[in-house]
Order: sequence, then structure tokens, then C-alpha cells
Amino acid sequence: MIRFLCTLAWHSAWNRRFTLALTVLSIALSTFMLLGTERLRADLRGSFTSALSGTDLIVGARTGSVQLLLYSVFRIGAATNNVRWSSVQAITEQRGVAWVIPLSLGDSHRGFPVLGTNEDYFGLFHYGNRQALQLREGRPFSDLFEAVIGSEVATRLGYRVGDRITLAHGGGELALNDHADKPFVVSGILKATGTPVDRTVHISLQAMEALHVDWFAGAPLPGARISADQARTMDLQPKTVTALLVGLHNRAAVFSVQRSINGFKDEPLMAILPGVALDELWDVIGAGEKALLLMSGLVALVSMAGLASVVLASLGERRRELAVLRAVGASPKSLFFLLTVEGVMVTVCGIALGVLGLATATLTLGPWLQSTYGLTVQVGQPTPLQGILLLGLLACGWLASLYPGWRAYRLSLADGLSPRS
Amino acid sequence: MAAPVLDVAGLRFAWPGSSQDCLRIEALRVQASESVFLYGPSGCGKSTLLSLMAGVLQPREGHVTLLGQDWAGMRAGRRDQHRVDHVGYIFQQFNLLPYLSMIDNTMAPCRFSPPRAQAATLRSGSVRAAAQFWLTGMGLSARDWNRSVRDLSVGQQQRVAAARALIGDPALVIADEPTSALDEDRRNSFLDLLLSSCRASGSALVFVSHDQRIAQRFDRQLQLAQINHADTAMESEP
Repeated sequence: MIRFLCTLAWHSAWNRRFTLALTVLSIALSTFMLLGTERLRADLRGSFTSALSGTDLIVGARTGSVQLLLYSVFRIGAATNNVRWSSVQAITEQRGVAWVIPLSLGDSHRGFPVLGTNEDYFGLFHYGNRQALQLREGRPFSDLFEAVIGSEVATRLGYRVGDRITLAHGGGELALNDHADKPFVVSGILKATGTPVDRTVHISLQAMEALHVDWFAGAPLPGARISADQARTMDLQPKTVTALLVGLHNRAAVFSVQRSINGFKDEPLMAILPGVALDELWDVIGAGEKALLLMSGLVALVSMAGLASVVLASLGERRRELAVLRAVGASPKSLFFLLTVEGVMVTVCGIALGVLGLATATLTLGPWLQSTYGLTVQVGQPTPLQGILLLGLLACGWLASLYPGWRAYRLSLADGLSPRS
Repeated sequence: MAAPVLDVAGLRFAWPGSSQDCLRIEALRVQASESVFLYGPSGCGKSTLLSLMAGVLQPREGHVTLLGQDWAGMRAGRRDQHRVDHVGYIFQQFNLLPYLSMIDNTMAPCRFSPPRAQAATLRSGSVRAAAQFWLTGMGLSARDWNRSVRDLSVGQQQRVAAARALIGDPALVIADEPTSALDEDRRNSFLDLLLSSCRASGSALVFVSHDQRIAQRFDRQLQLAQINHADTAMESEP
């Protein structure tokens, strides 16, 4: 009898295929919208928190922790003060510290920030889920005037290994303030990471120093030009850096090291835990996330209401059919089974179609989103909330299809055996 | 006399929300193989009485007994099963499932009722053969059997409904104005087929109509107004 009921459900559904196709489409759209907004929300947060990994402390001049995070990791804003090289050495020698990556910021190249650092950066810096940087082409800088550029810099500006580039002082607002006298050669291009690294031009600390040997207080010293070749012969030991990324031997020591850096005697410094600062920052800009979440909720509400109305619209169509089935001998249990099979099948089809559509859209639009907004959208890896939303859709679709059935069943009882109409 | 197929005794029925009975029937018996013509003007409670006979509605008082079992004494599920096992039903119109073929529509009761499937197999060897037997009996040609019932005329649809009501030899066949949508010729040939088929299967037939011209073809004629002692029958049916 189950087989007969399934055949019956299939024939009945085929008989109403156009209405049902509409329902399936509406469910597919709902699924697409719901999962899409949730995907974007999760990936927005993901690409945000994946900017830094494996670093235990960020050290900089005393300021707000969010500000330190913003300029050291996201290259947004500028430092109010620098860290002396002697302090860098003192921190490196501190007990528990495994490694230190110095970061020197301030210059730019056609809108992309320039980062002065050392060779350790390419081995010790991690992002995402403890992933190290990888070179797509070329090698790390070894000569003084060599630069390693992020993938987005390379793509946007069309650079290849061996190209010559000119850096600008500060944000590059004044054409006068550039370092045209000391051009750089691109020695390597990094693989895309989906983090601020993609938009960064990396040079050595010594190169950063060389750019500024003939500068004083933010402007070239008049009449004291030092050529690139002359600069090579000078002592290029940096005197200050902007910030430090610090890795520890043992994570458990993080608070004692933080305390000792915060109480550093020679100059006022501060150390922050990247995870804590990231959370703080996310709290500030998380309003956008909440708005997206609210959107998801509204989309869910509207799409489920739409689903229910499409199904309810077919009530008149089904009333007669269910009455005939009752008269032929179908028990309420059988009718319930019929409606459930159809409701679940229709909902599952709609959801599958929506998921398929979302995957297709992600695959097609993914590269564009990445290049235009720097947002990496995942295809797999569903979030827990996505799972809950899917179950909610399934339950909702099923209930929406059951309700008209229940009404039709009540009507068929009230009608007696012959439907009136 | 053998025990009646259908026994109505001391029946009182009122629609929910109505304080007055619309049906009061002291006694009504239908024997096996008997054909009963029940007539009366529209809205006098004929369809309500049929629903009571089929156990779809329950009386406020009194008993409606089919094959010795009181509808009121059964639970809803048992009632459904008892109905499909022993009652065949023909409506005025909209009888069939539009998405099934003629023969699948005819076989439907046997899918829901093992006793009907058994009886059909006993008579014809298989449920399908039984469906073919009754469709042939209704004068429907074999080349139409697998056609969708959507393409059929109203007359053909009523004959399929009759074949469906008769398959598996139910004890009682209830027909609620099945001829109202048919013209005179088709009505007469439909009646011929229905009456002879009921006789062949041994089913009792309760046939409701307001068309008295066909009354004489039945074993017994009943005017509802005469057996119904409720005064307000006319106005209390919604």
C-alpha cells in the first residue's frame, strides 16, 4: 500500500506540476537568499579573522589596542610613535620569546602600503589556519633594492618579476615626495591569501632605511641627495620600527611577557593579544554583521510566508481530490502520508536547487568578489547556522504543505462524503 | 428473514450548532441484493442520511448498523476500514482522481481494502481482471482502459465510478444522484448497468435522486419526508 501511495503522490504531484514548480522555485530562491547572506556573513568574518595567525603578541608604541591592530595588521591609519631598535633587541632577548618580526610602515606604492621587514617574515608570518606565505613566482628579496609584492598588487598593476617600481613617501599624495631616485626591482610575487598581505609591497628594513637616509622630518634634505649606490655603502641599521609581531616558545607565557613589555623601562610600549584585539575590533565593526543577520532573518520570514501562500493557493485544487480519496477508502493516516511525502519532496527539491544555484553563483562570482572586494567566498564548509537554517526551511516547507491538507481533510469531513462546489 | 445489510433504528441527527434535529428516522432496513430508491426534494437531508449510512457522520441518538456493526461503536480508524471494506460510493460528479487511468481509478478501493482485493481476486482471478470485468460490465471498451479519465465524458466517468463502487463486491453501494449530470438515454443505460451489476455482485443499493421517473425500476421506493419525522428538516441543513 505504501508503494501505491507513493505512485499516487507522484501522479497527483505531476498533475499539479506547474503550481508545484512555482513552489519549488520559491523554495529554491529562499534557500539561495538565506544561505547566501549567511555565507557572506561568515566569510566576511572569516577573511577578517584570518588576517593573522600564530602570532602571540603584537608590540608597538603605547596607543589603543584596536589602533595598533589596525595599522600593524590591516595597514589602516598610522602609528603615532615608533619603537626604538634597542627595544626590539631587548624584546628579542627576553625569556620566552621565540621570534620577532619587525614591521616598518609609512610608505606606499600607487595606493598600496609598503612594509619594511626582514627575511624571517616569509618563514614566520602565518595567516588563516596557520598557513605560511608562499611565493607564486620569484624569490624573497636579497639585494637592497628588491621588493616582494602581494598577489593583488601584482594583478592590479600588472607587475611581473623583474619589473622596476618606484615607492612614494607617505600615502603618495605629493608627487614631489617620492623615492624616484631609488627604484626597486620586483624579486617575487606572493600567492593570494585573502588578507592585507595581498595588497602589500614588502621590502627589507635596510631598504626602508636607505630610502630615508637623505630625509629629515618627512621631507628630503635640500642639497644633501644621496644616490642609491652611495646608500649601499652606508650603515643602514634601522633606528626605529613601527611594530613587532612576537612569537613565544610557550603560549602559556603570553601574559607574563605581555606584562613585562607593558612595563618596559626605556620607552612606553604596549603588547596586545591579536585574538582579543580582533574581537574588540569586530565588536566595533560587527554592526554590519548584525545587519546581515537581521537581513537573513527577514529573508527567511518573507520566503517562508511566500512558500506558505503558494501552497495555500492550491488548497481549492486539492479539496476535491482529498474528498474523493477519502471516499475511495484512504484513511486520514494515508492522506497525511501523501501530503508529507509531497511536502518533503517539494521542499527537498527546492532546497537542493537553491544550494546548487548558490554553489554555481559562488563559483562564477567568487573570483570577481575576491578581486573587487577582497572577499574570499567559500563553496564548501557550511556554517552551523546554515545547517539550522536548512532544517528550518525543511520544517517550514513541510508544515506549510501539511496545513492545507489538514484543512482539506477537515472540509472533506464537514462536507460529508460529497464535496460541495 | 436474513439479517439486514443496513439497519437504521431510532436515529436522531442534528448538525453541530443546531438545536433541532434535521433527521428522525425510527426504522429503516435494507436487505442484501435489495435496491432502494430514496427520493425527496433538494435539501431535505438525503445526502446527510447517506453520510450517516456510510458512517461519515454520527447520529445524536440511535443506531446505524452495517453488517451487524454499529458505526458509533467503532473508533475513527476502524470506521474508515469498515467503510472501505463494505461500502461502494458513487457521487453526483467529480468522482474520479483525474491523474489516474480508468483502470487504476477502478482498482483504487482494493488498494486500501484487503477484503475487497480478496473478493475481487476470488471473483476474477486478480484485482486487475476484476476491474476489467466491471468496466466491461459498464460497457466501457478495452481500448479506453488505460486512458486518463480527464478525457472522458461525464457519462463515461459515472460508469467508471460505478465500476469502482462495485469492485470487490461490497455489501452496500450508495449512489448520491449519480444520474443528475446525464441525459435521458445515458441515464437509462447507466441505470440498467448499475442495477444488473448490483444484482450480480449481491450488493444492496441505496440510490438517491429527486427524479421520480426512474423510481419504478427499483425494488423499493422511499420518500424521505415520509420516514423522516423531524419537523424542521428543510431549514436545518446548512
